[in-house]
Amino acid sequence: MAKTTFIDVENKNTQLAIQNFLQSILELDHIEAILAPQKIGKSVMPVLITDPELIETVDPLAPAFPLNAAKIVSKLTYKPMGKKIAVVLRPCEIRALVELVKLKQASIDDILIIGIDCFGAYTNKDYSLLKASGMTDLTEKFCENVLAEKEPPLENMNISNACRACEQIVPENADIMLGLYGVDIKKQIILRSLTEKGDTLLKDLSIPDLKEFSEDTSERKNLISKIISKKTEFKDKMFSQAKQAVNSLDKLADYFSGCINCYNCRVACPVCYCKECVFNTDVFNHDPYQYIQWAKRKGSIKLPSDTSFYHITRLAHMSLACVGCGQCSNACPNDIPVMEIFKYVSDQTQSSFEYEAGKDINQVPPLSVFKEEEYLDVVGIN
Amino acid sequence: MAEKNSNHDSEHEPLIIAFVCNWCTYTAADLAGTSRLNYPKNIRLIRVMCTGMVDTQYVIKAFLGGADMVLVSGCHPGDCHYINGNYKARRRIKLLKEILPKFGIDQERLKLTWIGASDGIQFAKIMQELVIQAKTLGPVKTTNSLAV
Repeated sequence: MAKTTFIDVENKNTQLAIQNFLQSILELDHIEAILAPQKIGKSVMPVLITDPELIETVDPLAPAFPLNAAKIVSKLTYKPMGKKIAVVLRPCEIRALVELVKLKQASIDDILIIGIDCFGAYTNKDYSLLKASGMTDLTEKFCENVLAEKEPPLENMNISNACRACEQIVPENADIMLGLYGVDIKKQIILRSLTEKGDTLLKDLSIPDLKEFSEDTSERKNLISKIISKKTEFKDKMFSQAKQAVNSLDKLADYFSGCINCYNCRVACPVCYCKECVFNTDVFNHDPYQYIQWAKRKGSIKLPSDTSFYHITRLAHMSLACVGCGQCSNACPNDIPVMEIFKYVSDQTQSSFEYEAGKDINQVPPLSVFKEEEYLDVVGIN
Repeated sequence: MAEKNSNHDSEHEPLIIAFVCNWCTYTAADLAGTSRLNYPKNIRLIRVMCTGMVDTQYVIKAFLGGADMVLVSGCHPGDCHYINGNYKARRRIKLLKEILPKFGIDQERLKLTWIGASDGIQFAKIMQELVIQAKTLGPVKTTNSLAV
Protein backbone atom coordinates (compact mmCIF):
# COMPACT_ATOMS: atom_id res chain seq x y z
CA MET A 1 0.00 0.00 0.00
CA ALA A 2 0.92 3.66 -0.50
CA LYS A 3 2.75 3.87 -3.76
CA THR A 4 4.04 7.19 -4.87
CA THR A 5 5.33 8.88 -7.99
CA PHE A 6 5.12 12.18 -9.82
CA ILE A 7 2.95 13.35 -12.67
CA ASP A 8 4.95 15.50 -15.06
CA VAL A 9 3.46 18.88 -15.85
CA GLU A 10 3.90 20.07 -19.41
CA ASN A 11 4.04 23.73 -20.43
CA LYS A 12 3.67 24.76 -16.78
CA ASN A 13 -0.01 23.86 -17.08
CA THR A 14 -0.88 22.12 -13.80
CA GLN A 15 -4.57 22.16 -14.54
CA LEU A 16 -4.02 20.33 -17.82
CA ALA A 17 -1.86 17.70 -16.09
CA ILE A 18 -4.66 17.02 -13.60
CA GLN A 19 -7.23 16.93 -16.39
CA ASN A 20 -5.12 14.45 -18.37
CA PHE A 21 -4.78 12.26 -15.31
CA LEU A 22 -8.55 12.33 -14.72
CA GLN A 23 -9.12 11.63 -18.39
CA SER A 24 -6.91 8.53 -18.22
CA ILE A 25 -9.02 7.31 -15.29
CA LEU A 26 -12.23 7.91 -17.20
CA GLU A 27 -10.88 5.95 -20.14
CA LEU A 28 -10.60 2.84 -17.95
CA ASP A 29 -13.32 0.33 -18.69
CA HIS A 30 -14.53 -0.10 -15.15
CA ILE A 31 -14.82 3.61 -14.28
CA GLU A 32 -18.11 4.85 -15.64
CA ALA A 33 -17.93 8.50 -14.68
CA ILE A 34 -16.02 11.16 -12.79
CA LEU A 35 -17.53 13.70 -10.46
CA ALA A 36 -15.35 16.79 -10.45
CA PRO A 37 -15.66 20.56 -10.07
CA GLN A 38 -16.13 22.19 -13.42
CA LYS A 39 -16.40 25.80 -14.56
CA ILE A 40 -20.02 26.54 -15.33
CA GLY A 41 -20.83 30.12 -16.15
CA LYS A 42 -19.43 32.24 -13.35
CA SER A 43 -19.36 29.37 -10.91
CA VAL A 44 -17.56 26.11 -10.36
CA MET A 45 -19.92 23.23 -9.64
CA PRO A 46 -19.56 19.46 -9.34
CA VAL A 47 -20.30 17.80 -12.66
CA LEU A 48 -20.73 14.11 -13.38
CA ILE A 49 -18.78 13.42 -16.54
CA THR A 50 -18.90 10.28 -18.68
CA ASP A 51 -17.37 11.64 -21.89
CA PRO A 52 -13.55 11.87 -21.58
CA GLU A 53 -13.56 14.70 -24.13
CA LEU A 54 -15.55 16.91 -21.78
CA ILE A 55 -12.96 16.86 -19.05
CA GLU A 56 -11.24 19.96 -20.39
CA THR A 57 -13.26 22.40 -18.30
CA VAL A 58 -12.63 20.54 -15.06
CA ASP A 59 -10.98 22.88 -12.59
CA PRO A 60 -10.44 21.27 -9.20
CA LEU A 61 -7.91 23.89 -8.13
CA ALA A 62 -10.26 26.86 -8.56
CA PRO A 63 -10.60 28.70 -5.25
CA ALA A 64 -14.36 28.21 -5.31
CA PHE A 65 -16.36 26.05 -2.95
CA PRO A 66 -20.03 26.61 -3.76
CA LEU A 67 -21.22 23.56 -1.85
CA ASN A 68 -19.90 20.58 0.03
CA ALA A 69 -19.95 17.85 -2.63
CA ALA A 70 -20.28 15.11 0.00
CA LYS A 71 -24.00 15.82 -0.30
CA ILE A 72 -23.80 15.07 -4.03
CA VAL A 73 -21.85 11.87 -3.44
CA SER A 74 -24.59 10.85 -1.00
CA LYS A 75 -27.17 11.30 -3.77
CA LEU A 76 -25.06 9.14 -6.07
CA THR A 77 -24.35 6.35 -3.62
CA TYR A 78 -27.17 6.06 -1.06
CA LYS A 79 -28.11 2.90 -2.89
CA PRO A 80 -26.03 0.83 -5.30
CA MET A 81 -25.89 2.36 -8.76
CA GLY A 82 -24.23 -0.68 -10.29
CA LYS A 83 -21.39 1.37 -11.75
CA LYS A 84 -18.10 2.55 -10.39
CA ILE A 85 -17.28 6.24 -10.41
CA ALA A 86 -14.37 8.41 -9.35
CA VAL A 87 -14.99 11.53 -7.30
CA VAL A 88 -12.66 14.50 -6.89
CA LEU A 89 -13.12 16.01 -3.45
CA ARG A 90 -11.57 18.52 -1.08
CA PRO A 91 -10.34 17.16 2.27
CA CYS A 92 -13.38 18.56 4.12
CA GLU A 93 -15.68 17.01 1.56
CA ILE A 94 -14.04 13.63 2.14
CA ARG A 95 -14.45 14.08 5.88
CA ALA A 96 -18.12 14.95 5.49
CA LEU A 97 -18.53 11.91 3.25
CA VAL A 98 -16.95 9.70 5.93
CA GLU A 99 -19.56 11.00 8.39
CA LEU A 100 -22.37 10.39 5.90
CA VAL A 101 -21.17 6.83 5.37
CA LYS A 102 -21.29 6.25 9.12
CA LEU A 103 -24.78 7.72 9.20
CA LYS A 104 -25.73 5.32 6.40
CA GLN A 105 -26.46 8.12 3.94
CA ALA A 106 -23.72 7.25 1.47
CA SER A 107 -21.40 4.44 0.54
CA ILE A 108 -17.81 4.37 -0.64
CA ASP A 109 -18.05 0.83 -2.02
CA ASP A 110 -18.51 1.92 -5.63
CA ILE A 111 -16.48 5.08 -5.61
CA LEU A 112 -12.86 5.92 -5.92
CA ILE A 113 -11.95 9.04 -4.00
CA ILE A 114 -9.38 11.37 -5.48
CA GLY A 115 -8.24 13.92 -2.93
CA ILE A 116 -6.21 16.96 -3.83
CA ASP A 117 -4.07 19.05 -1.49
CA CYS A 118 -6.36 21.90 -0.50
CA PHE A 119 -5.47 25.54 -0.93
CA GLY A 120 -8.76 26.75 0.52
CA ALA A 121 -11.41 28.75 -1.25
CA TYR A 122 -13.26 32.04 -1.29
CA THR A 123 -16.79 32.53 -0.09
CA ASN A 124 -19.32 32.41 -2.90
CA LYS A 125 -19.73 36.18 -2.73
CA ASP A 126 -16.00 36.89 -2.88
CA TYR A 127 -15.46 34.40 -5.68
CA SER A 128 -18.11 36.14 -7.76
CA LEU A 129 -16.42 39.47 -7.08
CA LEU A 130 -13.08 38.07 -8.17
CA LYS A 131 -14.67 36.62 -11.27
CA ALA A 132 -16.35 39.93 -12.01
CA SER A 133 -13.02 41.73 -11.76
CA GLY A 134 -12.16 39.98 -15.00
CA MET A 135 -9.00 38.22 -13.91
CA THR A 136 -8.26 35.61 -16.55
CA ASP A 137 -5.76 33.29 -14.91
CA LEU A 138 -7.42 33.39 -11.51
CA THR A 139 -6.80 29.75 -10.60
CA GLU A 140 -3.13 29.77 -11.64
CA LYS A 141 -2.36 33.01 -9.83
CA PHE A 142 -4.16 31.81 -6.73
CA CYS A 143 -2.22 28.52 -6.59
CA GLU A 144 1.06 30.28 -7.22
CA ASN A 145 0.47 32.76 -4.42
CA VAL A 146 -0.67 30.16 -1.91
CA LEU A 147 2.48 28.14 -2.51
CA ALA A 148 4.54 31.32 -2.15
CA GLU A 149 2.70 31.85 1.17
CA LYS A 150 1.31 35.20 0.09
CA GLU A 151 -1.45 36.50 2.28
CA PRO A 152 -4.02 37.35 1.11
CA PRO A 153 -3.53 35.19 -1.96
CA LEU A 154 -5.39 37.48 -4.37
CA GLU A 155 -6.20 41.19 -4.69
CA ASN A 156 -6.48 41.95 -0.98
CA MET A 157 -9.14 39.34 -0.66
CA ASN A 158 -8.62 36.46 1.70
CA ILE A 159 -10.10 33.00 1.53
CA SER A 160 -13.10 32.19 3.72
CA ASN A 161 -12.67 32.10 7.48
CA ALA A 162 -13.48 28.39 7.49
CA CYS A 163 -10.55 27.76 5.16
CA ARG A 164 -8.27 30.12 7.07
CA ALA A 165 -9.01 28.17 10.25
CA CYS A 166 -8.74 24.74 8.62
CA GLU A 167 -5.83 22.61 9.72
CA GLN A 168 -6.61 19.69 7.44
CA ILE A 169 -5.17 20.81 4.15
CA VAL A 170 -3.97 17.39 3.04
CA PRO A 171 -6.54 14.76 2.06
CA GLU A 172 -6.99 11.79 4.35
CA ASN A 173 -9.16 8.78 3.63
CA ALA A 174 -8.79 9.29 -0.11
CA ASP A 175 -7.86 6.42 -2.40
CA ILE A 176 -5.64 8.58 -4.55
CA MET A 177 -3.92 11.75 -3.45
CA LEU A 178 -2.65 14.48 -5.72
CA GLY A 179 -0.01 16.40 -3.78
CA LEU A 180 0.78 20.05 -4.50
CA TYR A 181 2.53 21.28 -1.37
CA GLY A 182 6.30 21.17 -1.46
CA VAL A 183 6.71 20.57 -5.19
CA ASP A 184 7.05 22.93 -8.10
CA ILE A 185 3.57 22.45 -9.51
CA LYS A 186 4.64 24.01 -12.79
CA LYS A 187 6.86 20.99 -13.28
CA GLN A 188 5.33 18.09 -11.42
CA ILE A 189 2.72 17.05 -8.91
CA ILE A 190 2.71 14.14 -6.49
CA LEU A 191 0.56 11.11 -7.30
CA ARG A 192 0.06 8.71 -4.44
CA SER A 193 -2.21 5.83 -3.59
CA LEU A 194 -3.40 5.69 0.01
CA THR A 195 -5.54 2.55 -0.11
CA GLU A 196 -5.64 -0.82 -1.86
CA LYS A 197 -8.28 0.58 -4.21
CA GLY A 198 -5.83 3.32 -5.09
CA ASP A 199 -3.03 0.79 -5.64
CA THR A 200 -5.21 -1.16 -8.03
CA LEU A 201 -6.07 1.98 -9.94
CA LEU A 202 -2.43 2.95 -10.38
CA LYS A 203 -1.76 -0.56 -11.62
CA ASP A 204 -4.69 -0.38 -14.06
CA LEU A 205 -3.38 2.91 -15.36
CA SER A 206 0.06 1.30 -15.72
CA ILE A 207 1.73 4.30 -14.11
CA PRO A 208 5.51 3.94 -14.47
CA ASP A 209 8.15 4.52 -11.78
CA LEU A 210 5.95 3.69 -8.78
CA LYS A 211 7.88 3.75 -5.56
CA GLU A 212 6.92 2.48 -2.14
CA PHE A 213 5.96 5.55 -0.10
CA SER A 214 7.90 5.97 3.10
CA GLU A 215 8.06 9.63 4.01
CA ASP A 216 7.31 13.07 2.60
CA THR A 217 10.22 15.24 1.54
CA SER A 218 11.34 17.69 4.19
CA GLU A 219 10.36 20.49 1.83
CA ARG A 220 6.77 19.26 1.75
CA LYS A 221 6.65 18.55 5.45
CA ASN A 222 8.02 21.96 6.36
CA LEU A 223 5.70 23.88 4.09
CA ILE A 224 2.66 21.98 5.33
CA SER A 225 3.54 22.46 8.99
CA LYS A 226 4.26 26.14 8.40
CA ILE A 227 0.90 26.71 6.74
CA ILE A 228 -0.92 24.67 9.38
CA SER A 229 0.65 26.60 12.22
CA LYS A 230 -0.63 29.84 10.68
CA LYS A 231 -4.08 28.31 10.41
CA THR A 232 -3.96 27.11 14.01
CA GLU A 233 -3.12 30.61 15.11
CA PHE A 234 -6.09 31.98 13.18
CA LYS A 235 -8.36 29.25 14.54
CA ASP A 236 -7.37 29.87 18.15
CA LYS A 237 -8.09 33.57 17.77
CA MET A 238 -11.40 32.79 16.08
CA PHE A 239 -12.39 30.41 18.90
CA SER A 240 -11.62 32.91 21.63
CA GLN A 241 -13.65 35.57 19.81
CA ALA A 242 -16.53 33.13 19.32
CA LYS A 243 -16.41 32.21 22.97
CA GLN A 244 -16.79 35.85 24.01
CA ALA A 245 -19.43 36.54 21.37
CA VAL A 246 -22.02 34.04 22.61
CA ASN A 247 -21.34 33.41 26.28
CA SER A 248 -24.86 34.34 27.36
CA LEU A 249 -28.30 33.78 25.89
CA ASP A 250 -28.59 37.52 25.28
CA LYS A 251 -25.37 37.60 23.32
CA LEU A 252 -26.39 34.51 21.39
CA ALA A 253 -29.67 36.22 20.46
CA ASP A 254 -27.71 39.29 19.35
CA TYR A 255 -25.29 37.18 17.33
CA PHE A 256 -28.10 35.52 15.42
CA SER A 257 -30.34 38.61 15.41
CA GLY A 258 -30.29 38.72 11.60
CA CYS A 259 -31.48 35.13 11.33
CA ILE A 260 -34.64 34.87 9.27
CA ASN A 261 -35.21 31.13 9.85
CA CYS A 262 -34.52 30.35 6.20
CA TYR A 263 -32.58 27.27 7.34
CA ASN A 264 -30.12 27.71 4.48
CA CYS A 265 -27.30 26.80 6.87
CA ARG A 266 -29.00 23.48 7.45
CA VAL A 267 -29.57 22.88 3.76
CA ALA A 268 -25.94 23.68 3.00
CA CYS A 269 -24.66 21.55 5.88
CA PRO A 270 -23.25 18.30 4.50
CA VAL A 271 -23.97 16.31 7.64
CA CYS A 272 -27.52 17.58 8.31
CA TYR A 273 -29.23 14.72 6.55
CA CYS A 274 -32.65 14.28 8.20
CA LYS A 275 -35.36 13.98 5.58
CA GLU A 276 -37.73 15.88 7.79
CA CYS A 277 -36.09 18.30 10.17
CA VAL A 278 -38.12 18.97 13.29
CA PHE A 279 -37.97 22.70 12.52
CA ASN A 280 -39.99 22.09 9.38
CA THR A 281 -42.72 20.16 11.16
CA ASP A 282 -45.99 21.34 12.65
CA VAL A 283 -44.28 21.55 16.03
CA PHE A 284 -43.14 25.01 14.94
CA ASN A 285 -46.42 26.01 13.33
CA HIS A 286 -47.40 27.71 16.53
CA ASP A 287 -50.93 28.64 17.27
CA PRO A 288 -51.36 32.36 16.52
CA TYR A 289 -52.52 32.93 20.08
CA GLN A 290 -49.24 31.40 21.32
CA TYR A 291 -47.27 34.38 20.02
CA ILE A 292 -49.41 36.78 22.00
CA GLN A 293 -48.90 34.67 25.09
CA TRP A 294 -45.14 34.74 24.66
CA ALA A 295 -45.10 38.46 23.96
CA LYS A 296 -47.24 39.08 27.03
CA ARG A 297 -44.95 37.05 29.24
CA LYS A 298 -41.76 38.68 28.05
CA GLY A 299 -43.04 42.11 27.08
CA SER A 300 -42.04 41.53 23.47
CA ILE A 301 -40.92 38.73 21.26
CA LYS A 302 -38.69 38.83 18.21
CA LEU A 303 -40.17 37.28 15.10
CA PRO A 304 -39.53 34.93 13.52
CA SER A 305 -39.24 33.18 16.87
CA ASP A 306 -37.19 30.17 17.87
CA THR A 307 -33.90 31.28 16.30
CA SER A 308 -31.71 30.59 19.34
CA PHE A 309 -33.65 27.38 19.81
CA TYR A 310 -32.95 26.37 16.23
CA HIS A 311 -29.23 27.02 16.37
CA ILE A 312 -28.61 25.38 19.75
CA THR A 313 -30.69 22.38 18.72
CA ARG A 314 -28.81 22.04 15.46
CA LEU A 315 -25.58 22.10 17.46
CA ALA A 316 -26.90 19.31 19.66
CA HIS A 317 -27.99 17.29 16.65
CA MET A 318 -24.98 17.67 14.36
CA SER A 319 -21.98 19.18 16.13
CA LEU A 320 -20.48 15.74 16.72
CA ALA A 321 -20.39 15.27 12.95
CA CYS A 322 -19.34 18.82 12.01
CA VAL A 323 -16.29 18.90 9.75
CA GLY A 324 -15.92 22.68 9.81
CA CYS A 325 -16.33 23.17 6.06
CA GLY A 326 -17.98 26.55 6.55
CA GLN A 327 -20.82 26.07 4.10
CA CYS A 328 -23.26 27.27 6.78
CA SER A 329 -21.67 30.72 6.74
CA ASN A 330 -21.44 30.61 2.97
CA ALA A 331 -25.15 29.96 2.67
CA CYS A 332 -26.35 32.64 5.08
CA PRO A 333 -28.21 35.37 3.19
CA ASN A 334 -27.57 37.83 6.01
CA ASP A 335 -23.86 37.08 6.41
CA ILE A 336 -24.10 35.75 9.95
CA PRO A 337 -20.76 34.07 10.75
CA VAL A 338 -22.41 30.76 11.60
CA MET A 339 -19.31 28.58 11.11
CA GLU A 340 -17.36 30.46 13.78
CA ILE A 341 -19.81 29.35 16.47
CA PHE A 342 -20.42 25.86 15.09
CA LYS A 343 -16.75 25.03 14.67
CA TYR A 344 -15.96 26.37 18.14
CA VAL A 345 -18.70 24.35 19.84
CA SER A 346 -18.15 21.19 17.81
CA ASP A 347 -14.44 21.28 18.53
CA GLN A 348 -15.35 21.01 22.21
CA THR A 349 -18.17 18.49 21.91
CA GLN A 350 -16.08 16.22 19.72
CA SER A 351 -13.08 16.32 22.01
CA SER A 352 -15.28 15.63 25.03
CA PHE A 353 -16.23 12.33 23.39
CA GLU A 354 -12.67 11.80 22.10
CA TYR A 355 -14.12 11.84 18.63
CA GLU A 356 -12.97 13.55 15.48
CA ALA A 357 -15.53 13.87 12.71
CA GLY A 358 -14.39 12.50 9.38
CA LYS A 359 -11.11 11.14 10.69
CA ASP A 360 -11.73 7.43 10.75
CA ILE A 361 -14.51 5.55 9.04
CA ASN A 362 -14.40 2.87 11.76
CA GLN A 363 -14.84 5.26 14.66
CA VAL A 364 -18.53 5.11 15.54
CA PRO A 365 -20.57 8.29 16.08
CA PRO A 366 -20.69 8.95 19.85
CA LEU A 367 -24.47 9.06 20.13
CA SER A 368 -24.92 5.72 18.38
CA VAL A 369 -23.21 3.68 21.08
CA PHE A 370 -22.84 3.52 24.86
CA LYS A 371 -21.01 1.61 27.55
CA GLU A 372 -22.37 0.50 30.87
CA GLU A 373 -19.70 2.23 32.91
CA GLU A 374 -18.99 5.69 31.52
CA TYR A 375 -19.54 9.40 32.16
CA LEU A 376 -20.51 8.67 35.74
CA ASP A 377 -19.76 12.30 36.56
CA VAL A 378 -22.81 13.57 34.66
CA VAL A 379 -25.14 11.52 36.88
CA GLY A 380 -26.32 12.68 40.28
CA ILE A 381 -27.30 15.97 41.85
CA ASN A 382 -23.99 17.07 43.28
CA MET B 1 -24.90 33.63 38.78
CA ALA B 2 -25.05 36.00 41.73
CA GLU B 3 -26.36 38.82 39.58
CA LYS B 4 -30.12 38.81 39.37
CA ASN B 5 -32.64 40.56 37.19
CA SER B 6 -34.63 43.32 38.80
CA ASN B 7 -37.88 41.50 38.23
CA HIS B 8 -36.50 38.50 40.07
CA ASP B 9 -35.86 39.47 43.66
CA SER B 10 -34.62 37.31 46.49
CA GLU B 11 -37.95 35.50 46.56
CA HIS B 12 -37.25 34.06 43.15
CA GLU B 13 -39.16 30.82 42.93
CA PRO B 14 -37.21 28.59 40.60
CA LEU B 15 -38.91 26.59 37.91
CA ILE B 16 -37.64 23.06 37.46
CA ILE B 17 -38.73 20.97 34.50
CA ALA B 18 -38.32 17.26 35.13
CA PHE B 19 -38.51 14.67 32.38
CA VAL B 20 -39.28 11.46 34.23
CA CYS B 21 -39.60 8.00 32.81
CA ASN B 22 -42.89 6.19 33.06
CA TRP B 23 -41.46 3.05 34.62
CA CYS B 24 -39.20 4.29 37.38
CA THR B 25 -39.06 7.93 38.35
CA TYR B 26 -42.69 8.72 37.52
CA THR B 27 -43.74 5.69 39.53
CA ALA B 28 -41.52 6.91 42.35
CA ALA B 29 -43.22 10.31 42.18
CA ASP B 30 -46.56 8.55 42.31
CA LEU B 31 -45.39 6.60 45.32
CA ALA B 32 -44.23 9.79 47.00
CA GLY B 33 -47.72 11.17 46.41
CA THR B 34 -49.61 8.19 47.69
CA SER B 35 -47.27 8.07 50.69
CA ARG B 36 -48.22 11.73 51.34
CA LEU B 37 -44.60 12.88 51.18
CA ASN B 38 -44.12 16.58 50.61
CA TYR B 39 -41.97 18.02 47.91
CA PRO B 40 -41.78 21.58 46.61
CA LYS B 41 -44.25 22.85 44.04
CA ASN B 42 -41.43 24.22 41.84
CA ILE B 43 -41.12 20.93 39.99
CA ARG B 44 -43.10 20.36 36.80
CA LEU B 45 -43.08 16.69 35.91
CA ILE B 46 -43.26 15.66 32.29
CA ARG B 47 -43.84 11.96 31.93
CA VAL B 48 -42.01 10.29 29.08
CA MET B 49 -41.94 6.61 28.28
CA CYS B 50 -38.16 6.44 28.68
CA THR B 51 -35.27 8.83 29.28
CA GLY B 52 -33.92 7.47 26.01
CA MET B 53 -36.61 9.45 24.19
CA VAL B 54 -35.67 12.79 25.71
CA ASP B 55 -34.25 14.51 22.67
CA THR B 56 -31.75 17.27 23.34
CA GLN B 57 -34.24 19.75 21.88
CA TYR B 58 -36.69 19.19 24.76
CA VAL B 59 -34.06 20.22 27.27
CA ILE B 60 -33.01 23.23 25.20
CA LYS B 61 -36.62 24.32 24.80
CA ALA B 62 -37.18 24.04 28.54
CA PHE B 63 -34.25 26.34 29.27
CA LEU B 64 -35.18 28.86 26.58
CA GLY B 65 -38.76 28.76 27.84
CA GLY B 66 -37.59 29.96 31.24
CA ALA B 67 -36.67 26.87 33.25
CA ASP B 68 -34.01 27.47 35.89
CA MET B 69 -33.14 23.81 36.06
CA VAL B 70 -33.91 20.72 34.02
CA LEU B 71 -33.91 17.23 35.45
CA VAL B 72 -33.91 14.05 33.43
CA SER B 73 -34.56 11.04 35.60
CA GLY B 74 -35.07 7.39 34.81
CA CYS B 75 -34.35 3.84 35.84
CA HIS B 76 -31.07 2.74 37.36
CA PRO B 77 -28.52 1.36 34.89
CA GLY B 78 -29.52 -2.20 34.07
CA ASP B 79 -33.15 -1.61 35.04
CA CYS B 80 -34.33 0.23 31.92
CA HIS B 81 -37.69 -1.06 30.72
CA TYR B 82 -36.34 -0.76 27.20
CA ILE B 83 -33.00 -2.30 28.17
CA ASN B 84 -30.68 0.61 27.34
CA GLY B 85 -32.60 3.89 26.98
CA ASN B 86 -30.99 5.36 30.08
CA TYR B 87 -27.48 4.77 28.75
CA LYS B 88 -28.40 6.71 25.62
CA ALA B 89 -29.83 9.48 27.77
CA ARG B 90 -26.56 9.66 29.69
CA ARG B 91 -24.61 10.39 26.49
CA ARG B 92 -27.10 13.07 25.44
CA ILE B 93 -26.87 14.75 28.82
CA LYS B 94 -23.09 14.61 28.56
CA LEU B 95 -23.37 16.34 25.18
CA LEU B 96 -25.73 19.02 26.51
CA LYS B 97 -23.46 19.65 29.47
CA GLU B 98 -20.80 20.57 26.90
CA ILE B 99 -23.03 22.75 24.73
CA LEU B 100 -25.26 24.69 27.15
CA PRO B 101 -22.47 26.33 29.21
CA LYS B 102 -21.15 27.92 26.00
CA PHE B 103 -24.30 30.02 25.97
CA GLY B 104 -24.29 30.92 29.65
CA ILE B 105 -26.40 28.07 30.96
CA ASP B 106 -24.35 26.59 33.79
CA GLN B 107 -23.97 22.84 33.47
CA GLU B 108 -25.09 22.62 37.11
CA ARG B 109 -28.58 23.49 35.90
CA LEU B 110 -28.91 20.22 34.04
CA LYS B 111 -29.28 17.10 36.15
CA LEU B 112 -29.53 13.43 35.41
CA THR B 113 -30.53 10.99 38.13
CA TRP B 114 -31.68 7.43 38.46
CA ILE B 115 -34.66 7.05 40.79
CA GLY B 116 -36.20 3.57 40.91
CA ALA B 117 -39.93 2.86 41.14
CA SER B 118 -39.75 2.06 44.85
CA ASP B 119 -37.69 5.14 45.76
CA GLY B 120 -40.55 7.44 46.74
CA ILE B 121 -38.67 8.84 49.72
CA GLN B 122 -35.57 9.33 47.60
CA PHE B 123 -37.66 11.15 45.00
CA ALA B 124 -39.03 13.67 47.48
CA LYS B 125 -35.57 14.21 48.97
CA ILE B 126 -33.96 14.86 45.62
CA MET B 127 -36.68 17.33 44.62
CA GLN B 128 -36.17 19.27 47.84
CA GLU B 129 -32.43 19.34 47.30
CA LEU B 130 -32.81 20.49 43.67
CA VAL B 131 -34.98 23.44 44.67
CA ILE B 132 -32.37 24.53 47.19
CA GLN B 133 -29.69 24.31 44.52
CA ALA B 134 -31.83 26.15 41.97
CA LYS B 135 -32.43 28.95 44.46
CA THR B 136 -28.70 29.28 45.04
CA LEU B 137 -28.02 29.39 41.30
CA GLY B 138 -30.70 32.04 40.75
CA PRO B 139 -32.41 32.62 37.44
CA VAL B 140 -30.62 32.18 34.11
CA LYS B 141 -29.21 35.61 33.42
CA THR B 142 -31.02 37.17 30.50
CA THR B 143 -32.08 40.75 30.19
CA ASN B 144 -33.07 40.39 26.60
CA SER B 145 -36.72 39.52 26.26
CA LEU B 146 -35.97 38.50 22.72
CA ALA B 147 -33.81 35.52 23.59
CA VAL B 148 -35.84 32.58 22.40
